Amino acid sequence: MENRVVITGIGIYSCIGENLTDVLDSLQKGRSGIIYDDPRKEFGYRSCLTGFVKDPDLKPFLSRRERIGMHQPAMFAYMSTKEALENAQLDVDFLEKTETGIIFGNDSTAGAVIETIDKARARKDNTLIGSGDIFQNMNCTVNMNLSTIFKLKGINFTLAAACASGSHSIGMGYLLIKQGLQDRVICGGAQEINVYAMGSFDGLGAFSVRHDAPTKASRPFDRDRDGLVPSGGSATVIIESLESALKRNAPIYGEIIGYGFSSNGDHISNPNFDGQYRSLQMSLKQAGISPDKIDYVNAHATSTPVGDSTEAEAIFDVFGNKVPVSSTKSMTGHECWMAGASEIVYSLLMMQNDFVAPNINFENPDEFSAKINVVPEYKEHKIDCFLSNSFGFGGTNSSLIVKKFIK
Amino acid sequence: MERTEIISRTKDFLSREFEVDPSVIVPENNLQESLDLDSLDYVDLVVVIEENLGFKPTADDFKTIVTFEDFFNLVEQKLGA
Repeated sequence: MENRVVITGIGIYSCIGENLTDVLDSLQKGRSGIIYDDPRKEFGYRSCLTGFVKDPDLKPFLSRRERIGMHQPAMFAYMSTKEALENAQLDVDFLEKTETGIIFGNDSTAGAVIETIDKARARKDNTLIGSGDIFQNMNCTVNMNLSTIFKLKGINFTLAAACASGSHSIGMGYLLIKQGLQDRVICGGAQEINVYAMGSFDGLGAFSVRHDAPTKASRPFDRDRDGLVPSGGSATVIIESLESALKRNAPIYGEIIGYGFSSNGDHISNPNFDGQYRSLQMSLKQAGISPDKIDYVNAHATSTPVGDSTEAEAIFDVFGNKVPVSSTKSMTGHECWMAGASEIVYSLLMMQNDFVAPNINFENPDEFSAKINVVPEYKEHKIDCFLSNSFGFGGTNSSLIVKKFIK
Repeated sequence: MERTEIISRTKDFLSREFEVDPSVIVPENNLQESLDLDSLDYVDLVVVIEENLGFKPTADDFKTIVTFEDFFNLVEQKLGA
C-alpha cells in the first residue's frame, strides 16, 4: 500500500522576508526584494540587480565547530530549516531517536570555492587553508551541515538539477515516503547570492538591466521584460507520511498528490514546450485529477521572453485560460536552486490565507501571456489545490501538485 | 618575544578562534580540553599559530604539548626567545 504524503513544516529565508510572517506580508502586498548591488558593478557584471538576503548571524544558535563548515547555502538553509522544524514541532531529541532524512536542492558553492582558492594561492600551502573550507566547498554542503547539526538518521543527499533542484528535492522525498522507505524527509532548496555565484550566468546576457528601477526589473509574462533578476536564500519543506504525522499529532499544511518530471533532451539553455507539457501532464496523471481541479498555478516564469512564452503556451494547452497564474519571481527574482522549494512555501501561504499573490509588474501581455489568466494584483481566491512548475538548464522539468489536507 | 607577550598574544588569538573564555588559557590547564579540540580543530590550530606567531608547528611538536605551559615553552623555543 502506498503512503499519503503530507507537508508538516515550512520555513523560508528570502529577499521578501526572513520568516513566514514577513514573507506572507510581502506576498499580500506585492513587495519586491530586488536591489541594485554596487559590488557587482565593480566586479564586471552587466546587470547589478539581485534579490538580497543578508548573511545570518548563527553564533547565537550554533557552536564554532558547527558553523565553520558553512558558507551561504548552508547558512541560509539552517535558517529556513530551523523555522520549518519549529513549526513542524520537531526537535533534535526526537530527530536523533527516529529516522528522518534530508534531500536538499543546491547546485553551486561558488563563493566558498573561490575564497578557498584565493587562500591557497596566497599561502601556497594547503595545510593553511583550515578545516572548514572542504565542507563549505562541496555541493552537498547543506546536507552535510544540517544532517550533522540536527542529528538526522535517514536518507541524506543533495539534489542538483539547476533551477528545478528545490522542486525535485520535494519530489524525491515524496516518492521515498510514498513507497514506505522513509517516514519523514527534510526537503528544500538553497541559493547563494554572493558576487561570485552569478557572474557566468550574467555573462549570457540573460539578466535585466533595468538599473533605474530595480523593483520593476523582474516582470514575468510582461511584454516589456528584459531578462531575469538573480536572487537567493533558502526554503525548507518538511514532508511526512500521513501515518507518521497523525501519530505525533503534527500540524498538516497540505498534501502532495502529484510529482511530474521530464527532460527536454534538447538545447542546454532553451526551454522546450514538449518537455514542460509532459511534466505537467505527468503530475496531473499521478495526482489522478483533471486540470480543472487546479485552482492556482505558480509559474516558473523568470522574466525572459522565450522562457515565459513557452510556459504560457504549455499552461494554456493544459489548463486553458481560466486558472489564475502568477510568478512570484516578479517579487523575489529568480531564486534558482531554491526556487522550486520556495515557491511551494509561497503557494502554501496563499492556500492557507485564501489569496493569489500578484504577478507584479505585469502591465502589458504579449501574444502568449494574453492567452492565460495572469493575476497582476492581490486577489482573494480560495485555493484547494495548486500546481507549481520548475524548469532548469539542461532541460530538467518538475511539476508538483499540492492540495489542502482532508482527512 | 617575552614570555608575558607570548601568553598575552596566545590568550587573545586562541580565545577568539576557539570561542573560549581567555581565563581558561593558563599554564596549568590542559590545552586540548580547555579549547575543546577535536581532530579537525588541530588543522585550525596550526593555521592560527602560523598567522599569529609566525611559525608552523609540526605533528611531532604537538606530541610534546599537554598543557598551555608546554605550548608556551614550544613557542619560546621556536621563536628562539
